[in-house]
Amino acid sequence: MNLPVSAPGFWAATAMIACVVLCSTVGEVLTAAAMKSIGDLDDIRAHSGLKGAIRAVITSPLFFAGVGFLALAFFSLLFALNHLNLSLVAPAAASLTLVTNAIAGKIFLKENVDRRRWTASVLVCIGVYFLAH
Amino acid sequence: MAHHNLSPRQYTILGLVALSAPLGDTCLSRGMTTLPAISLTHPITLIAAVFTPWIALGIALLIGFFASYLTALSWADLTFVLPATAFGNVIVALFARFWLHEAISGQRWLGVVLITVGVGFVAHGPSLTVQPLAIDSATVPPAPEAPPHALTAESGLEKEQVR
Repeated sequence: MNLPVSAPGFWAATAMIACVVLCSTVGEVLTAAAMKSIGDLDDIRAHSGLKGAIRAVITSPLFFAGVGFLALAFFSLLFALNHLNLSLVAPAAASLTLVTNAIAGKIFLKENVDRRRWTASVLVCIGVYFLAH
Repeated sequence: MAHHNLSPRQYTILGLVALSAPLGDTCLSRGMTTLPAISLTHPITLIAAVFTPWIALGIALLIGFFASYLTALSWADLTFVLPATAFGNVIVALFARFWLHEAISGQRWLGVVLITVGVGFVAHGPSLTVQPLAIDSATVPPAPEAPPHALTAESGLEKEQVR
């Protein structure tokens, strides 16, 4: 292991990764809700042009709430990468975010997370873990 | 009605989502590991890190990712788009093996196979969930000549409150 600084303890590493996962999940759910409320961007762009599509996005309060949480997730990721290896942070955050987003998508976005999507989430989650170790 | 068929343009957008995220993360990692340790007592140093070349390149790639991601979310479910982002790890592994000639262990190939199968599972299903608006409109017949926005639950509530 070639850590950039002295390695933090288990709970500190867990807290850093949990912070990235939590902020990322909240941000992605809020952003997805915003984009669903706006509608198909391709249709909006065809009808109102690129400016109309950009205006539709940046006038959505949900979008800014989502971007706020995604920014928090980004700076949490930078902080975690400064203390932990990419091979730990990236797969752990990516695979856990997949599962938390599937749960949040079902609860908050009322998406139809059927057996096919659960299977895919779990397969991708395990796959990301294997790929990084 | 489920949207099964994506256009070639929509597949291209999903490809951009998949590729730009892992490349951006890699640039961020390279940039952050060359910096001295950052403490929570001096969070302003995180802002300064944004202007270093590798971090800036990583951010540019992640902006491209975000634009593609938002577009994809406007016509597909979050639980459909997210596995596609993980497919970027497979692309990076294939680049590493066949372009950089890096050794890929059996465990990593297993990871590649699992992600590919997982993405294949999702890709063969519907990309968008229909919200229960159709059920509401089936059980409660809409008033004749009602404007389209009157079918939503929120606008119905607002109407009730106005009365």
